[in-house]
Amino acid sequence: MTSPAITSTRASWRDHAGSWLPVLATLALLGVGLSSSGYIVTVLGFAAIYGVFSTGLNFFMGYTGQASFGQNAFAALGGYGSAILTAGHGMEPVLALLIATTVSVAIAFAVGYPTLRLRGHYLAMATFALGLITYEITIEWTSLTQGYMGYSGIPPIGLFGYELVTEKQMLVVLVAFALLGVWISNRLRRSRFGRALAAIAGSEPAAAALGVNVAGYKLVAFVIAAAYGSVAGSLFAHFVGFISPEVFGTSMVVLSFTMLYLGGIGTTWGPLVGAVIVSLLPEALRGLKELQDVAYCVILVAILIFAPRGLAGFAPAIKQFFNRGAAAKAE
Amino acid sequence: MTGVAPANAPAVGTVRTPGVTTAESPLLEVTDISAFYGRVHALKPTSLHIGRGELVTVLGPNGAGKSTLLRAITRLTPASGRIAFEGRDVSGLPTHRLAELGVIMVQEGRGLFGQMSVRENLILGAYTRPGGDMDKQLGRVFELFPRLKERIDQISASLSGGEQQMLAIGRALMAEPKLLMLDEPSLGLAPRVASEILATLGELNRQGLGILLVEQKAPLALKLAKRVYVLSLGQIAAELPASEIRSHHDLARYYLH
Repeated sequence: MTSPAITSTRASWRDHAGSWLPVLATLALLGVGLSSSGYIVTVLGFAAIYGVFSTGLNFFMGYTGQASFGQNAFAALGGYGSAILTAGHGMEPVLALLIATTVSVAIAFAVGYPTLRLRGHYLAMATFALGLITYEITIEWTSLTQGYMGYSGIPPIGLFGYELVTEKQMLVVLVAFALLGVWISNRLRRSRFGRALAAIAGSEPAAAALGVNVAGYKLVAFVIAAAYGSVAGSLFAHFVGFISPEVFGTSMVVLSFTMLYLGGIGTTWGPLVGAVIVSLLPEALRGLKELQDVAYCVILVAILIFAPRGLAGFAPAIKQFFNRGAAAKAE
Repeated sequence: MTGVAPANAPAVGTVRTPGVTTAESPLLEVTDISAFYGRVHALKPTSLHIGRGELVTVLGPNGAGKSTLLRAITRLTPASGRIAFEGRDVSGLPTHRLAELGVIMVQEGRGLFGQMSVRENLILGAYTRPGGDMDKQLGRVFELFPRLKERIDQISASLSGGEQQMLAIGRALMAEPKLLMLDEPSLGLAPRVASEILATLGELNRQGLGILLVEQKAPLALKLAKRVYVLSLGQIAAELPASEIRSHHDLARYYLH
């Protein structure tokens, strides 16, 4: 017989080093933002919003191993939903965010049910089409979205008439959303649901043969990603106060993919880490002027060469470092 | 029974499992199951049954439709026909629902989650038994395959072929199956390791587990099974007691017609 330790989940603080270090780093970044000028606050705000978006996308692409090139559609739904309900109809921002997210979830179910029967490249193409269709709708349905002109006058996020008027106040809320998103992601990943997603990512037939409802869980992962995307879109609308179709265009897909792979696809913290790096790196390289883009690309490629699993791939090494330190102390 | 045995073949016997009364429904009863790959009729209408606690072997040459048969039964491949499990019609159920009922398949190539550890693979095996005693289940698997305990934190892709097969079977056992179906578990293994693994299957069967074993290595499989189906060209060529196949020549008649 085995000892109970085989499946025991009791862990010391060192075992959680991989969890609390990113929390501290995020809070440190928040501290930097709160003591900096407006521009850094804006960049960190975008990083937090993209962190929410990428963490959601990670459910579908990382944990479940599927491909979606169209999650920007749900960010657009969230963004325009919040914009129309608040700026157009005077609704409370939080209520608008909840309604927009609910609508996005319903649409994700309706779209995902037939689409997720596809696999591999076909699924990628179908989801890409979803993003393009949404983009076209935001341009053409001018009576609702104001087309290319975009939607302005979106109020900051707030509750019961209290608005977060400064960017720094908003940043605190955005970072809280990002950390909440990662926390939920972490909890779900370690659950039975998370194990089912991992099994699907490993082998769909093997997962099904072990009793995992592959189609059902893929749909749920897609819907969760849509909900995160919608919330990110709503937060963007309230943070900037203006949205246009371009905001939720194909570039959003490319950026979020870069964040996922750079930070560590399939890891809990990777998407947020990637979002911070991809957002801050161009600013850090601004002094290089015309070489800025070249340096940015070289650094991205170098990270992917030396950390093919993304920066979060270093987490086990960090954990090992802590454990080794503890062992040395014990001796 | 579908398919006609060659004229020079031993007579097809209808063998019922000892101890299974006619009033008791078989563990698995498959009637006229049929599957296509595109236009290719890979599995022609085929019927078979497995009694409770019985070990049945399906033999056949490459391309006979053995893997398709297992995939069709578990609905990993779309198929027509009727499937009854413990007397209940389960023809319309998807793969994961069959697994919940206790029909677990170890696929050809093992179907392990290569980037997961032995422990993670085994825990996933118990997916359909969320309230079960995980340590107790793991203990049972380690009693059968002590080597898995030594490798518990090792990534499964880094295991040897034999260890991978042990893990695949161990993972299936974590689900506490009523019927274990295995697709060529000896494939690619050294003869000694293959014998060890098949001996373990024999032990599991003696403990009461129903097993449907698809094998190419007939001598090993025939030692275990009481009853054999011979599959050829996508249909069952014969159903007979294993004791009736005494030599390769007997079997070759079905393989070579």
